[in-house]
Amino acid sequence: MPVIDLRGVSCPTNFVKAKLALEEIEAGETAQILLDDGEPVKNVPRSLKAEGHKLLGLRQTDEGHYALELEKGED
Amino acid sequence: MPETQQPAKIDLNNLKSGGFIKERGKDLFTVRLRVPGGRMSVPRLKKIAEVAEKYGGEFVHLSVRQSIELININFRNFDVIVEELGEATQKVASCGARVRVPVACGGCEYNPNGLVDTQKSALEVDEKLFGAATGHHKFKVAFAGCPFDCPKSATNDVGFQGAIYPQLDKEACISCGLCAKNCVPKAITMGKDNKPVFEDKPCIWCGDCVKVCPASAWSEKRRGYTVRIGGKWGRNPLVGTLFATFLPEERVVDFISTVLEWYKERAESLGRIRLGDVIIKEGPQALLDHLRKRYPENTVAATIPPQVIETQVGIRS
Repeated sequence: MPVIDLRGVSCPTNFVKAKLALEEIEAGETAQILLDDGEPVKNVPRSLKAEGHKLLGLRQTDEGHYALELEKGED
Repeated sequence: MPETQQPAKIDLNNLKSGGFIKERGKDLFTVRLRVPGGRMSVPRLKKIAEVAEKYGGEFVHLSVRQSIELININFRNFDVIVEELGEATQKVASCGARVRVPVACGGCEYNPNGLVDTQKSALEVDEKLFGAATGHHKFKVAFAGCPFDCPKSATNDVGFQGAIYPQLDKEACISCGLCAKNCVPKAITMGKDNKPVFEDKPCIWCGDCVKVCPASAWSEKRRGYTVRIGGKWGRNPLVGTLFATFLPEERVVDFISTVLEWYKERAESLGRIRLGDVIIKEGPQALLDHLRKRYPENTVAATIPPQVIETQVGIRS
């Protein structure tokens, strides 16, 4: 599963980068997106959901950042 | 700045609801345009630019309440300006003791924060109530699409704020905890079973839980406007207080009319007085009782009078 590491990237650049990275995979495939705590984890999952991707899970890692798992939606 | 050569022949009907405001210079006026909710179509904007260039000064002014104001207009050109703007269906706004052009945020069509269609509400109020004489003082209305409340709705005579009441589908919940994390008033906390626990009282109906939920486990149970009444700014500011909740969007015009009815009646013989000061004088219960007759589902059980903001607290030497 591709990992899109957006730690240290602030809003809305992280969302745009996630969009670009998701263009590289096929619809139906899953990817993991790493996000910082705070604004990124509040905003990016919601924006990706609105773009039509299916959010499968979100968990906080021991290091404190978040790992979002999603399935790429149809274009 | 061309002037008509003929003697001034002004259609006084154009002046009836105001919108023509005297400036410092001789013969010069500001013409306040009617821009409900601050939405301006591009063709209308072009027409305004054309008219401003032809009859006005070197700039226009964007008013605090979302209007475009033409500056340095000679009063002899009122009629021709009204006529030319009319080609783009652009009307002149109001001033004085009337219902003013409603203010609104961008609403919900393109703004992801918007919970309700404030633009639609602003247009409806503008169409049905604009310019209605109150008999007492100005009457301002504003629509905020969510509790972030960019338009500062509670500083209006009647201020509307979009709201949704959330409900949880526990089965769909993936226990990510984002809702609890996002809940500013801490109405949501994570329970022992790692599912969210909702407490009604602190909730301000902002809908952040619904927006942020990755699994759509949170959804809206009710939607409408939170209504605060009696606000104003100026020399003696008042912040409006809560009178109704989850008012359906389609009942906004009727609700304002109901408030206006009470205002006109209770302000009788009080002269130039704003609604908030009438509420302070009569007590908020009187207005609540009046509203409850028509809005039993929405009127709150009790409230406090509009709140005085003491702005002059600095120590003067």
